[in-house]
Amino acid sequence: MSDLRNVSSSPHIRDKVTSTNIMQDVAIALLPASAYGVYHFGLKALLLILVTIATCVATEYIYEKLMHKPITIRDFSAVVTGLLLALNLPVSATWWMAVLGGVFAILIVKQLFGGLGQNFMNPALGARCFLLISFAGRMTNFAYDTFTGATPLAALRAGESVDVFQMIVGSTAGTIGETSVIAILIGAAYLLLKGVIDLKIPGTYIVTFAVFILLFGGHGFDGGYLVAQLAGGGLMLGAWFMATDYVTSPITPAGQIAYGVILGILTGIFRCFGASAEGVSYAIIFSNLLVPLIEKVTIPVAFGKTKAEGGK
Amino acid sequence: MATLTFKGGVHPYDGKDLSKDKPIVPYLPKGDLIYPLSQHIGAPAAPVVAKGDRVLAGQKIAEASGFVSSPVYASVSGTVKAIEPHFVSTGAKVNSIVIENDGLYEEAEGLPIKPFDEMTREDIIGVIKESGVVGMGGAGFPTHVKLSPKEPEKIDYVLVNCAECEPYLTSDYRIMMERPEKVVGGLKVVLELFDNAKGCICIEDNKPDAITVMRKQCENESRIEVKVLKTKYPQGAERMLIHAVTGRDLNSTMLPADLGCVVDNCDTITSIYDAVILGKPLTSRVVTISGEAIASPSNFECRMGTNVAELIEAAGGFKGAEKKVISGGPMMGFAMFDIEVPTTKTTSAITCLLKDAVSEEQTTACINCGRCVAACDEGLVPARLSQFAEKFNLEAFQKWHGMECVECGCCSYVCPAKRPLAQVIKNVRRMVMANRKK
Repeated sequence: MSDLRNVSSSPHIRDKVTSTNIMQDVAIALLPASAYGVYHFGLKALLLILVTIATCVATEYIYEKLMHKPITIRDFSAVVTGLLLALNLPVSATWWMAVLGGVFAILIVKQLFGGLGQNFMNPALGARCFLLISFAGRMTNFAYDTFTGATPLAALRAGESVDVFQMIVGSTAGTIGETSVIAILIGAAYLLLKGVIDLKIPGTYIVTFAVFILLFGGHGFDGGYLVAQLAGGGLMLGAWFMATDYVTSPITPAGQIAYGVILGILTGIFRCFGASAEGVSYAIIFSNLLVPLIEKVTIPVAFGKTKAEGGK
Repeated sequence: MATLTFKGGVHPYDGKDLSKDKPIVPYLPKGDLIYPLSQHIGAPAAPVVAKGDRVLAGQKIAEASGFVSSPVYASVSGTVKAIEPHFVSTGAKVNSIVIENDGLYEEAEGLPIKPFDEMTREDIIGVIKESGVVGMGGAGFPTHVKLSPKEPEKIDYVLVNCAECEPYLTSDYRIMMERPEKVVGGLKVVLELFDNAKGCICIEDNKPDAITVMRKQCENESRIEVKVLKTKYPQGAERMLIHAVTGRDLNSTMLPADLGCVVDNCDTITSIYDAVILGKPLTSRVVTISGEAIASPSNFECRMGTNVAELIEAAGGFKGAEKKVISGGPMMGFAMFDIEVPTTKTTSAITCLLKDAVSEEQTTACINCGRCVAACDEGLVPARLSQFAEKFNLEAFQKWHGMECVECGCCSYVCPAKRPLAQVIKNVRRMVMANRKK
């Protein structure tokens, strides 16, 4: 018994997938939307994307360095947060707004609550809402190039007609990453194929929202109006990329369904009865806060147990 | 026929190609043999030999010390050298009988048996108890206890677990390929105890040739059927097997017999055949020696008590730097700190790996991805359970059904953050069980 061998409790093998792989997949899935954003809004969009990513990564590094914590910037989560934040900014945002947003997302929303896995709110959306409240004018100025009009949803609200085809392609006003439904769906399809996300949250979110619009949208069964509502206002970006954020959504299968339904209803309420035409960001960060409650009431029934015995 | 399965589970690399085409070779041990008195669940066996006694192969050296207990037989002829505590593969120190092998392999007389058609129910169970047969899939539950449910007429399924879902293991596969008549013969013995039962031989669909061989063997058996299962770990877990074949769901408060099922491992069934039909007590079993670190992966007919290090030598020894030596498979086996331990009734394999994934991987923060939830065959939320476990929050742990965990390890296997989910859950389950006993 001279040299003792390595022991550990079983299992002794591990799957190849790591958290970093998953984050990289999300970043890859966001590339089509980012590329379209740069193509559509110009190089300023690229600059904003680079600034937010750099700020997020740098903030994470500096904070962890100062706090003597392990440096986690290699796990790609700060990159994803930075990219998502940029995709949620209008191209007219200034570079210092991008920096401020990045610092807020990583420092306030993520790190101060314990870092990766501990934040109760989506960092990118938290920062977007912070900027929206702080700089309402700049954040809702969707002018680009020579175009100075409103977003399709604002136009729709004002009673104007919108070109649904343009909305799906993405050649409309909006934040950098939200306009092109096609680009977003390509990324979403990639995530679905890779098994990074499943349909539970985005599916129930979109279906619930569509039903809500049909019932309370005030346009009856107007197909064009419904498609415009689904394609506009960041619903696609939110449903596929932000509502599905692991950390801030329920882990229980039934909870994910409930979460999707709540998101759909809240977005519907905000859009139909609220002051703004959008509402996805607020619906998601509000629902983030409900996650612990949702999980508490959706503890799955264990194998071989009946619902009645569930609590035992 | 559709393949049968369950919800959840994982698909680890199975490594079975290493040893699946290696026929079973009898191995004759050279050094001392060690027989732990506790190779089964229940009371340890009581020695019936003393230091200095000469024993023969197949002679009883320790007897059952209660109903839930099992005797131990010598597997070689030789002299009793000592009765002293010795390390076993699980890392525990167990009182053991040490026999110095004289290399003659002189056989003792077999068990006294009647011809099978004259045996009563009590006779059959008596022979099985006397032969020392226990659950050889790993649990080591005495088989005669399993075969004595309160209401035998209510048993309508006898399942032979040949799923062999653990990576690297090929012992059950080789038994099916080489000794199909013993599998069917053993099952027929068990079916004799349960008049209303149907026998099912359950095999994963990654072993098509074994399915063919077993189907051929059961051609004329009206009460026996081969069931094809989807290849997925842990298909061979008792609850998953019962679910896949019968659609009945067992939880931690029940026994298979409560749902009309008796489940026995493949090697257990052949041991029942050996005992009841041939009068041979349990002295050997098939052990797979495999893994990337083994020079020549093999399947041995191994006399129990054989030193593991000796068996590894017999399989060509190590090739490359072995990082982990596991008794059993890599999903549920025990890593050993020392390989100078004996094989026992429940040693189905020795798996030697070149990579120790557990110590090499960096554990990172949980990102709540839910992969553990999707993989959990018990419908649990391992991420939450492990959080409660880390804080010793036993109340929440039980509220989230932590006690239903079967410790299959799927959650730890899939976790992208490489968190030791199954491990911490296992610890707290032990704590809760200990508290319940108080």
